[in-house]
Amino acid sequence: MSTPVRQRPPRTESAPRSVPRRTRAANRQGLMSRRTVAHAAIILIGLVMVYPLVWMLSSSFEPTTEIFGSTSLVPKSPSLDNYSAGWSGPGAPFSVYLLNSLLICALTIVGNVLSCSLAAYAFARMSFVGRRVLFGVMLGTIMLPAHVTLIAQYSIFRDLGWVDTYLPLVVPKFLGTEAFFIFLMVQFIRGLPRELDEAARIDGCGVFQIYLRIVLPLLRPALVTTAIFSFIWSYNDFFTALIYVSDPARLTVPLALRTFLDSSGQSEWGQMFAMSLVTMVPVLVAFVLFQRRIVEGVATTGLK
Amino acid sequence: MISKTLPGRLRESLPAYAFLAPWLIGLFGLTLIPMVLSLYYSFTDYSLLAPPVWEGLANYQRMLSDDRYQHSLVVTFTYVLLSVPLEMVFALAVAVVLNQGLKAVAFYRAVYYVPSLLGGSVAIAILWRQIFGADGLVNQVLGTVGLDGPGWISSPDTSLFTLVLLRVWQFGAPMVIFLAGLRQIPGDVLEAAEVDGAGRVRRFVHITLPLLSPIIFFNLVLQIIGAFQAFTPAFIVSGGSGGPSDSTLFYTLYLYQKAFGSFEMGYAAAMAWVLLLIIAGFTAANFVMGKRWVFYADEREAR
Repeated sequence: MSTPVRQRPPRTESAPRSVPRRTRAANRQGLMSRRTVAHAAIILIGLVMVYPLVWMLSSSFEPTTEIFGSTSLVPKSPSLDNYSAGWSGPGAPFSVYLLNSLLICALTIVGNVLSCSLAAYAFARMSFVGRRVLFGVMLGTIMLPAHVTLIAQYSIFRDLGWVDTYLPLVVPKFLGTEAFFIFLMVQFIRGLPRELDEAARIDGCGVFQIYLRIVLPLLRPALVTTAIFSFIWSYNDFFTALIYVSDPARLTVPLALRTFLDSSGQSEWGQMFAMSLVTMVPVLVAFVLFQRRIVEGVATTGLK
Repeated sequence: MISKTLPGRLRESLPAYAFLAPWLIGLFGLTLIPMVLSLYYSFTDYSLLAPPVWEGLANYQRMLSDDRYQHSLVVTFTYVLLSVPLEMVFALAVAVVLNQGLKAVAFYRAVYYVPSLLGGSVAIAILWRQIFGADGLVNQVLGTVGLDGPGWISSPDTSLFTLVLLRVWQFGAPMVIFLAGLRQIPGDVLEAAEVDGAGRVRRFVHITLPLLSPIIFFNLVLQIIGAFQAFTPAFIVSGGSGGPSDSTLFYTLYLYQKAFGSFEMGYAAAMAWVLLLIIAGFTAANFVMGKRWVFYADEREAR
C-alpha cells in the first residue's frame, strides 16, 4: 500500500533540532505513562471480556444452587457432577452428538478443499471462454445472503428425500458453495511463480498433473486456512442443522445443546454450562493449534 | 488466439470447465436455479405440501399490513445501526492502542479474538441467557454494589440490547483486520508529521484515518451484511420466539418462523428477496458514500 504523503521531509540533521531536547525527554516520559495507561486499559477490557467465559468454567464445577448468588471465580466445592450428568444428557450421550458433528466437519473440510481448489486453479491459471463473467459471478455469490436460496434449496432437498440426512449439510461443500475459499485460493495461486507450471508442462505434465503435483502441494497454507475455517463454521453451524436435522440420534452439537436448554429449562444451569464448555473445546483447541493461521486468515480476507 | 473461431476456443476451454465442474454444478443447482425458483415462490402461495399457486404481488402487499413483519424490520435495523458502529469504534480503538508497540500484542489479540470465534455459537447464547437473566451474573454483580437490576432478557425494554452487547463483545474479528491495516501504515509518514508539529489527534485524524479508510470501509460493509443476517443468538436467547413481546424478533427469525413454523414458504421467499434488496441497498449506499471518505492512495496517484 502506498501512501499519500510520498515525500517526507528529508531527515537532515537540522530537523531534530526543531524539537528541543527538553521536550523530547518529556515526550519519552509521556510515552512511558501513555504505555502504562494503554496497558492498563487493554488488560482491563481483556478481563471484562474473558470474565464471562471464566465464570462459566468455574460455574460448571458448582451445583446449580451455588451458581446463583456467586460471582466468585473459585468454586466452593468443585465437583464433576455437572459433566457426568450433562454428558449422559437428555437423549443420547453427548459423545454421539460430538461424533456426528465431527463426521460432518471432516466431510465439509474434504469437500471445500477439493471443490474450491479445483475451481481456484481454473480461475487463476487457465484461460477459457466466459472466465471474467464467471469470476464476477463467483465473487457475487460470496455476498449473497443464504436466505435467498434457502426456501428453494429446502424444497429441492426435500424432493430428493434428503431431509433428516446429513446430505444437505455436506453435499453443497463438495460443490464449492463456500466461494470465499475459492477467492482465497485464487489469490494464493496468483502469487505462485508460473514458471513452475511451465517447467512441469515441458516435462510432459498435463493440466491435472500440474494441479495435483505442483499447485496443490504449494497451496498448502491456503488449504490449511480453508480447512480450519471450514471446521469452525460447520461445527458452529446451527441454522442449517436446525432446518434439516430432526432425528434425535442425528443431532449435531449445537442442536443437542439447544434441546438441552429446552428440556431442562433454567433449572440445570450447571449441566448446561458444563456441556456448553464441552462443545467449545474442539473450536478452542483448533484456535490454540492454528492461532496464527486463523488470525492471518481474518486479517487478509475478513473470514471470521 | 484472435484468429481462432469460437468453437475452437470453446474446445480449448474444456479442460478449464472440467476443473470448474463441481463449482458450476453448485452454482446452477444450489444458487442460480434456487434463486429463480425462490423468486417465483415469492409470487405464490406455497406450503410445501401442495404445488405453489400464483397470486402475484400478494406476499409483498401482505408485508405492508403485517405488523409483526414491520416490527421485525424495526428490531433488525435497531440491532444493525446500534451494534455495528459500536463494534467498529471499539475494534478500532483497541486496535490503535494495541498498535502502540505494546509487548505481548499477540497474546492480547488472541484474548480479544476468542469471543469472535465463539460468539455465534449456541454455547455462548446460552451463557448470555444466564448472564442477563433475572438472577444472572450481571444482576449478581450489581447486587454487590446494592443495585437491583431488571430481568434484562425477560424485559422487552432491554432484551435487544443484550444481543447488541453480544455482538459488540465480538469486536475481535474487525479488530484483527484493523490491526493488520495499521501495521501497513508506514511509520516514517507519521514521524514526518510529528516533526512538522502535528499532535497525536491531528496525526490520527489526518494520516491514520485516511490511510485506514479502505479497511474501515471493508469492515463496515462486511459487518453490516453479517449483522442483518444474525440469527442464532436471538433464536437461543428467546427460545425461538423472538420474545419477550417480539423485542428480539430479528428479520431472519421471523423468516424462519414463517417458513418452517407455519410453512408459509411463499411469504418467506418474498421476505428473503426483500432482505436481499435491503442488504444490497446498504452495500450500494456504502459504496456511494464511500467515494467521499474512502481514500485509495493508488487511485489518487494515478490521476
